[in-house]
Amino acid sequence: MRVYYFTEQPYYPAWDKHQGSLRINLPNSVLDPKLAGELFHRYYDEFMLADELGYDVMLNEHHQTATCMSSTVIVGLSVLARQTKKARILVLGYPIGHRPDPLRCAEELATIDVISGGRLDMGFIKGVPYEFPASNQNPVGVMDRFWESHDFIVKAMTHQGEPFNWEGEHFHYRHVNIWPRPVQQPHPPIWSTTGSKSQAKLLGSKGYVMATLGSGYATRPLADAYRDGYHAAFGRSPGADRFGYLGLVATATTEEEARRRGDLIADYLRTSAIVHLPFRNPPGFIAAEDNARMLRGETAPRSFTKDGRPIDMYHCSVQELIDAGILFCGTPDQVYEQIRDFCDYCGGLGNLIMMGHAGYLSHEDTVDNLKLFAAEVMPRLKAYEQPVAEATAAA
Amino acid sequence: MSVAVDAEPALVVNGVNVEIIERGKGRPILFLHPGIGIESDAPVLDHLARAGRLLAPSHPGFGNTPVTRALSTIDDLSYFYLDLIEQLDLRDTLVIGIGLGGWIAAEIAVKDSSRLSQLVMANAVGVKVGDRETRDIVDIWSLSQADFDQLAWADPAKAKRDYAKLPNEISLRAARAREATARLAWSPYMHNPRLRHRLHRIRIPTLFLWGMSDRVLSETYGRGFCAMIPGARFEPLERAGHFPHLEQPEAFAERALAFAADTTKQRT
Repeated sequence: MRVYYFTEQPYYPAWDKHQGSLRINLPNSVLDPKLAGELFHRYYDEFMLADELGYDVMLNEHHQTATCMSSTVIVGLSVLARQTKKARILVLGYPIGHRPDPLRCAEELATIDVISGGRLDMGFIKGVPYEFPASNQNPVGVMDRFWESHDFIVKAMTHQGEPFNWEGEHFHYRHVNIWPRPVQQPHPPIWSTTGSKSQAKLLGSKGYVMATLGSGYATRPLADAYRDGYHAAFGRSPGADRFGYLGLVATATTEEEARRRGDLIADYLRTSAIVHLPFRNPPGFIAAEDNARMLRGETAPRSFTKDGRPIDMYHCSVQELIDAGILFCGTPDQVYEQIRDFCDYCGGLGNLIMMGHAGYLSHEDTVDNLKLFAAEVMPRLKAYEQPVAEATAAA
Repeated sequence: MSVAVDAEPALVVNGVNVEIIERGKGRPILFLHPGIGIESDAPVLDHLARAGRLLAPSHPGFGNTPVTRALSTIDDLSYFYLDLIEQLDLRDTLVIGIGLGGWIAAEIAVKDSSRLSQLVMANAVGVKVGDRETRDIVDIWSLSQADFDQLAWADPAKAKRDYAKLPNEISLRAARAREATARLAWSPYMHNPRLRHRLHRIRIPTLFLWGMSDRVLSETYGRGFCAMIPGARFEPLERAGHFPHLEQPEAFAERALAFAADTTKQRT
């Protein structure tokens, strides 16, 4: 198993200043730019420590929000491509359906791959609902735009020889010939995220790494849909390395201390729900049939414990988050057991995205969490032999 | 309000299935609905059908029709309606457009108004009136339904719908309408920057019939839009908001038809 260390790089000092929304419309006057700079340096230090300790690293971006200062992820990628030595650098991701210029995306990502010596994993994402008011990209039809951008980036990264022409529905170029081209051949590994079975199956058919974020015990059906798509395309079941999962992780030498850290980390979930309500569901983000169900008040719970109890991840207790597979929390033995059990449930999970800093967790606690996990949990996870679940429907 | 669809015979225009309500006889009245769609039991339809052959289509992507990639802008829809008007051989047509439908009506009329006689624009969007940092039209997608209703209706209580107690098709039509509107009008927001430079081509009598309690669009916006069309007249409609055809259906139909009758008389 690979373990990618991740933090959203939050500007937590503003979290108590919101008036019902931490995203999109929280005035930036509550941000102190000097303090933001100090926080960036703290987070980069933690990423570099993770590199030294044997982790891989992951970066993301969100816009106009106190929950994540990384609004231009190319900046963090640039810093870490130069400063880290061994870690794979996963960006999860590039919201390519929002970006006006996929040529620029291809150039940026190829350059990161070159500078890092071929350590880039490139995740392409649709983006959460709150990105649309910021980018002003039309949420209706965004996946059509996403896939055209994806096709273009892959072609731009792999094409050699005479410049090529692209006149698509959304993007137009006449002389495409990126400099530099990427180190990894034919191109850096592609990742994506999803919460829908149809998209999971599509990702499977392309063989890309599928990551799910905090999906807990709703993960297996998505993984199985992926397996079906993969099996249909490649004639065999995908290995565990095709799956990634983002979980919150709080480790400490005592259970009591781990729970204290887990509670601070869980503030990430509690704050991520604080957003002006209409921004949560822009038109076309989910299917009309699902919106119709919402109009009728028929909303199904999204998170469950292993034994099927619905929970509200944004407001529930640390114990419930542990029971739901959203937070791995405890002593190193407990955390290892929780993760191993979750891998078994998934039928194999080759990549853990470890949210080892989140919420109000301090630098000292983050460092200790990272060191303890690296020393006592990671070696066991690396040695653990992943199950490989067979594809079902397509088999 | 309940399900639309009068079970009319299927109409296919340029390969696209059209859901259309047709009632009455006489000169054609083409009714172009706003972003919330149109239901067949809306009283305004019967009031209008007394004066002619009322045709009230659902724009492609609205009602129970699927989205067509080739029809994803208001410009596309204006050509679609020109095809429809030719296919049905409509002549001497009174076009009534509300909100988004008004925008479509204007885009049709600047292209070809040879089969049109009068235009009624009710609380229509479609142009930019203020400067670039002034939002002319309230951002409906950053409002809750309740907040939108407060701004859009003279009497917001009339807007309330308990979807849980209505047939599923009603909530599905509402959800489709929201998505279809965004597909057409997300950005540039609710307008075409080119349109104002083309409005001089509208040479048929035009009435801006304006629900005065509308706070999604201001009276200033309505009068500004009206001033861009040569000879267009502005008439306020009281006790009505963004959807005057729903809040004052009888007065709305009466005023639209009176305008059509007056301008027909003047012409002959």
